[in-house]
Amino acid sequence: MSLQLMTYLVVGATFALYIFIAIKAKASTTGEFYVAGKGVHPVLNGMATGADWMSAASFISMAGLIAFKGYDASVFLMGWTGGYCLLAMLLAPYLRKYGKFTVPEFIGDRYYSNIARVVAVICLITASLTYVIGQMKGIGVAFSRFLELPFETGLVVGMVIVFIYAVLGGMKGVTYTQIAQYCVLIFAYTVPAIFISLQLTGNPIPQLGLGSTMADGSGVFLLDKLDKTLVDLGFHAYTLQKGSTLNIFMYTLSLMIGTAGLPHVITRFFTVPKVKDARSSVGWSLVFIAILYTTAPAVGAMARLNLMNTIEPEPGVSLAYADRPTWFKNWEKTGLLKFKDKNGDGKIQYVGDKKKNEMVKVDRDIMVLANPEIAGLPNWVIALVAAGGIAAALSTAAGLLLAISSAISHDILKGIFAKGMTDKQELLAGRISMGGAILVAGYFGLHPPGFAAQVVALAFGLAASSIFPALMMGIFVKRVNNIGAICGMLSGLGITLVYIFWFKGWFFIPDTNMAPNDAAHWFLGIAPEAFGSIGAMVNFAVAYSVSMITPPPPEHIQHLVEDIRVPGIIKR
Amino acid sequence: MSNKDEYWRANIRLVMGCLVVWFVVSYGCGILLAPALNSIHILGGYPLGFWFAQQGSIYTFVVLIFFYAWRMNQLDRKFGVEED
Repeated sequence: MSLQLMTYLVVGATFALYIFIAIKAKASTTGEFYVAGKGVHPVLNGMATGADWMSAASFISMAGLIAFKGYDASVFLMGWTGGYCLLAMLLAPYLRKYGKFTVPEFIGDRYYSNIARVVAVICLITASLTYVIGQMKGIGVAFSRFLELPFETGLVVGMVIVFIYAVLGGMKGVTYTQIAQYCVLIFAYTVPAIFISLQLTGNPIPQLGLGSTMADGSGVFLLDKLDKTLVDLGFHAYTLQKGSTLNIFMYTLSLMIGTAGLPHVITRFFTVPKVKDARSSVGWSLVFIAILYTTAPAVGAMARLNLMNTIEPEPGVSLAYADRPTWFKNWEKTGLLKFKDKNGDGKIQYVGDKKKNEMVKVDRDIMVLANPEIAGLPNWVIALVAAGGIAAALSTAAGLLLAISSAISHDILKGIFAKGMTDKQELLAGRISMGGAILVAGYFGLHPPGFAAQVVALAFGLAASSIFPALMMGIFVKRVNNIGAICGMLSGLGITLVYIFWFKGWFFIPDTNMAPNDAAHWFLGIAPEAFGSIGAMVNFAVAYSVSMITPPPPEHIQHLVEDIRVPGIIKR
Repeated sequence: MSNKDEYWRANIRLVMGCLVVWFVVSYGCGILLAPALNSIHILGGYPLGFWFAQQGSIYTFVVLIFFYAWRMNQLDRKFGVEED
């Protein structure tokens, strides 16, 4: 069977499954729409959170980043998993005890202020929407690449699918669909990894294969061979650090805090039956995420080694351009892989020296998709990877859209401007705002401002610098009051935004940046992507000091904080 | 001092302990000490600092959350503040 037909079949079958589940689980009450009626088992909730969390960035992009950055890409691995410890110990159980639907609702009540609630909604929408735009683009690319449609058509098909199951199903539908999507994406990610690990090292477990010796009988460790191959060609050693330690530290911290502050992930833990379940459900989420995240380093390293070995089969012997394999030709057509014969010998020189390097473009995002082809795996495996990438992008987009729609309908409309709304009207408003968000995200996806990496940085930086500190202090520091929290959120958010725009251009408009975006100009060598951690520290400091010089929160708020600190009910 | 304050202090102690481990495996072994640890190899060919950054810290995080959940459930019962 041809690859094309196989891909249609596999992607089509998974889609039929998602839509079937979404229709079966149609939400009927606001509770079911937002939080699945609080009846989702912790293990299943963990699995759905895994799918919600792992987007096209985790599935398609991350292993490619690891392949080309080696050790320095560890910031993504530690950052996007370590945040779950903060979530489990500092936020999830308490927010579950509080028992409301949305993050801004908690902030508005705890800081007894509608202004605080609106500020939280603004942070939430900005962070979530920028993230959805990235997903929409991912959906468009995946559909167009594998179904061989033009990019625009692929994106519109994706928008329709997201609309159908997120808008009709609500959280209950999304939760069960995401469980199915998790199964598809984790199977699609691990199967090729197991095949490749077996080929290279003879060990079927990629996590162990990465530390094993090569299966070619040489007795050389895979990582040593990769280091040597790269260093011989003038690249940086794979397992050694290249960037500044401070930047790596801050980058990891920013991603961790951002993970714990992203509203669509926090909301997941409102959907478990008990406080006890909220604690363990975070653990289950991380188990399911860790399966992919510990496989990714093996995928990255093995893909890089296979790529190097294809281009230079023997030390000093380069592949002739005329003999290049089919996958090479296919990716050349997309423009994501480019060769330029600089010395005119008809052979491919792939070296660290920029002047001599003839692989002028190797887009890191192609590595996960190209990996099974480079390793010569069967067509069904390649089709599976396509279905997995689409599942990852769709599930995250749906979760984010839900967070946006609940912020608009529940927090802004019902909470502040139209208090007399019935449940039915609220549900309708939620669906309309979700449709609106899909159109906005689709528009930006169709006209990408060309800032995929910046979008992710902005989303995490925003969540880290604004939402997380306000939530954490709301639980752990009784003395923080309304004025302190509002000043804290605005200053943390503000300084992070200004720093990003300073180096990336105001509102990402090209050529409006105030200084060149390189390590020499950054404050203490901290990249804009890593600055969310500084923003969070500013938020903590401002909120605390402003609170100390203004009146303490009223007594009923102090009781509220005491109540959420214990799982049971306090008798007064 | 009331029961509920005792419970809260025990909780804070537990969280602090867990976060120390969290910091040591990631920021400590995975970043600050990684260059020094890389001379040691484990599980075959893994340099230790590299292993902590790309594998070990993630496994530790998982164990840490379940440990925290288990201890907290014990504390809930000990101080009689669990849900009905």
